[in-house]
Amino acid sequence: MNTLIIISVLPIVLLYLGLYKATKSLLPVTIIGLLAALGFAIAQWNNVALPIYHGMMMFDNFSIAFSGITIITTILILMLSGGYFEKISKHTAEYYAIILFSLAGIIVMVSFYNLVMLFIGIEIMSVSLYILAGIKKNDFSSNEAALKYFLMGAFSTGFLLFGITLLYGTTGSFGLEAIRDWVIAHPHIDPMFYTGIGLIIVGLCFKVGAAPFHFWTPDVYEGSPTLITAFMSTVVKTAGFAAFLRLFSACFAPLSDFWVPILLGITIVTLFIGNITALYQQSFKRMLAFSSISHAGYLLFAIVALGSGSANSVFVYATAYSIASIIAFGSLILVQQQNGSDNFESFNGLAKNNPFLAFVLTVAMLSLAGIPLTAGFMGKFFMFSGALAKYHVWLVIIAVVNAIIAIFYYFRVIIAMYFRSADRAEVLVPAYYKIVFGFSALVTILIGIYPDFIARFI
Amino acid sequence: MTVSILIFLPVVAAIIVALLKNEVAKYAALFFSVAELVIAGLFLSRFVPDASTQFTIDVPWITKFGIYFSAGIDGISMIMVLLTTLIVPLIILSTLQHKHSNAGAFYGLILFMQAGMLVVFTALDGFLFYVGWEAALIPIYFICALWGGENRIRITIKFFIYTFAGSLFMLVGIIYLYLQSPGKTYDLHEFYKIGLDAHHQSIVFWSFFLAFAIKMPLFPFHTWQPDTYTEAPTAGTMLLSGIMLKMGIYGVIRWLIPNAPLGFIHWQSLVMILAVIGIVYASLIAFNQKDGKRLIAYSSIAHVGLIAAGIFAWTTLGVQGAMIQMLNHGINVVGMFFIWDIISRRLNTRDISQLGGIAKVAPKFSIAFLIILLGTVGLPLTNGFVGEFLLLAGVFQYSAYHYLNITLAAVAGLTIIFGAVYLLRMYKNVMYGELNELTATFTDVSGSEKLTLCIICVLIIALGVYPHPIMHISEAAVNNLVQMINVRGN
Repeated sequence: MNTLIIISVLPIVLLYLGLYKATKSLLPVTIIGLLAALGFAIAQWNNVALPIYHGMMMFDNFSIAFSGITIITTILILMLSGGYFEKISKHTAEYYAIILFSLAGIIVMVSFYNLVMLFIGIEIMSVSLYILAGIKKNDFSSNEAALKYFLMGAFSTGFLLFGITLLYGTTGSFGLEAIRDWVIAHPHIDPMFYTGIGLIIVGLCFKVGAAPFHFWTPDVYEGSPTLITAFMSTVVKTAGFAAFLRLFSACFAPLSDFWVPILLGITIVTLFIGNITALYQQSFKRMLAFSSISHAGYLLFAIVALGSGSANSVFVYATAYSIASIIAFGSLILVQQQNGSDNFESFNGLAKNNPFLAFVLTVAMLSLAGIPLTAGFMGKFFMFSGALAKYHVWLVIIAVVNAIIAIFYYFRVIIAMYFRSADRAEVLVPAYYKIVFGFSALVTILIGIYPDFIARFI
Repeated sequence: MTVSILIFLPVVAAIIVALLKNEVAKYAALFFSVAELVIAGLFLSRFVPDASTQFTIDVPWITKFGIYFSAGIDGISMIMVLLTTLIVPLIILSTLQHKHSNAGAFYGLILFMQAGMLVVFTALDGFLFYVGWEAALIPIYFICALWGGENRIRITIKFFIYTFAGSLFMLVGIIYLYLQSPGKTYDLHEFYKIGLDAHHQSIVFWSFFLAFAIKMPLFPFHTWQPDTYTEAPTAGTMLLSGIMLKMGIYGVIRWLIPNAPLGFIHWQSLVMILAVIGIVYASLIAFNQKDGKRLIAYSSIAHVGLIAAGIFAWTTLGVQGAMIQMLNHGINVVGMFFIWDIISRRLNTRDISQLGGIAKVAPKFSIAFLIILLGTVGLPLTNGFVGEFLLLAGVFQYSAYHYLNITLAAVAGLTIIFGAVYLLRMYKNVMYGELNELTATFTDVSGSEKLTLCIICVLIIALGVYPHPIMHISEAAVNNLVQMINVRGN
């Protein structure tokens, strides 16, 4: 709870700092505040967790683990922001504040114990993101991204809300426990309830960017400022899946016969659409957008094969995916600043002058591709194990085929950096970036070698 | 003393070497690889050649999934460890006269790959085996793609995707076995105890077979191989052909057949036929090759086809033959690629038709070439003979008991004749005949080249004259494994 309070108060402090033009202190204050929030979260770890505020929220190990990873990812992303927002406009305090508001929504999303809190969390997060997508006021594609995101997001929220209403209509409660008890007590479930589940699936799939509800992702990811895209595709996606998993494992586990076939179809479509479209992209940023769709497909494995290990799988996978994405987007920001282009060609010959940057980006790409000794492999391994344990053999075979397709586009970057040459000057890597990259690459390899050190949290 | 020393020394060495520059990196790599060989020698001296697994290490790794860092050495693994630790210093020695840009990274990758391969050859845990398998693939991809020839980008990505695809299916097979194992563990010996029915064993068989057949490579999964061998830098080709393809063969012996004996028996005749087709097919293509390196690549497919046939026959003789032939093939093929490396570095061509008469200007070189060639062909008293003889005997034994009758063995035997024809013809065209403008400039071998060739030639003859000590190492383990499968298969 303290975590949530700190993260909600922090943006207000930042806005005051902005008012008094203390722009230099914005980043340190944010990071210290987030570290404090992280500390409070970790202090709660393994305590007996009970629902609080009349069963509205519950800070159990699940919520602590996901709060932790989203906070850490946010810190890493904010560390990349040194000098980034200043180029957009003078109102940097607002940007930090909005990101933190969004994070507050995310903390609610991963800790909800009542459907109302889920809805409120998603809304706090989303509204902040609509603004963030459009912070480049004079940039056409940034405006497009914001508008598109807002319209699509509002639409999906409608679905979600309608679904929640139907559940309330049948069960008479918003509380997860009450809904679960109702499901167990009623062997013959009302069709209205099933409709509710279906609508919630649609709403949540919109939010996490799973096909066929993914159409907004590429344009929004491409149009938004790269740093915001990094935030959306890591923190927001992780939170979306955490909420998805929390809801389904708490309430709908006994009804898996109904929703597993639906999610199975969505997973397969998501995998193929994400991967095959990513294959044809010329822009690195757009490739990352589509690959994030395919990663949503892998993450859905944990929900399709719902079991005691699901939370762990999502946690490991999301962590691996987030830290690798931070490196990818961070490098993209640097290369974009130098070349003005986000095509694959702009990475040509990077290894020659920037061996460190090329190396960490290679680690990130290998991790995203799921090559052993990186965190991404462990994530995929956990997912595949879970799915096979539930006898989804064909799903795993389809996933394997997709993992092979993914090699093509992830290796394109590696090939461009190491094997193609181009006349280019050295890309300047600021010290903050070096710390973030080094830390992320190290964690990626560490999880790849010894996943137990994070797999124990839940 | 556990096998972990053997596995982690190259990892540490790789990190150190990667940080060094040029000449220093080269000699540091040589030093570490020789140290590794010495340690392997120590293991060998303490090794008791019975069927047990020795020097084991077994520590929890990923507890949630019952994964242990579990490795050890029995007779079969011992041969593979010897092969790896012997060939790597030879390869590094053979590159001493090369100038590789970024030498630290180059030698670091070689040593890292060695660690991966040693994991594969000693792993007793399915997950560890898979990780080692891929850990060996990534360095070789970068070695080939960074220091390779002109078409390297397209060809190496094909190689990577091909092998990665195969191994992912193996991963699915391994996870499947884990889920079926009574104690929910990745332990190899627990895998052996799972009693699946024939249908499910067939599925397991194919999931493993794809990975191993691509790695070996077995016909028709070989299409990545000649291109990759040709485009890779010589050290990469040597690593691939000398050691890496043995990962596939070793996998068949240790992981494929024992884990799915019923599936294996069901598909045995098919894979035998594939292996034999591969032998003939590769030999026929080798006849027409103008590029020397490519010719050796195809001859390697043929020789590996014979090893595969010997294993899939699954008789004690055949498997024993495969064990010794893996070691011998490693030595011979590294020698052959080194010969072509020397030629192409001096004359900037590998086109056989442009060469001729080199024997006149380079007597030492021609003697070494001849010895390596005869070893490859399998002349009695060279190492190649021992292995091929046992392999063919194994295939004959199998043929005698099965409806396929003796033709299969007879066709497999063609590999020796074919090999003699195209290799001797290559020797004739390169070494004899008239000197031309190009070949007149050829200078005889010297320095580290001479040392490398000398070691290879001594090994070829020593192992050909007196193979007993090597055969003795793996004898008990092979016997034990073959017996176990035959009992379970019936």
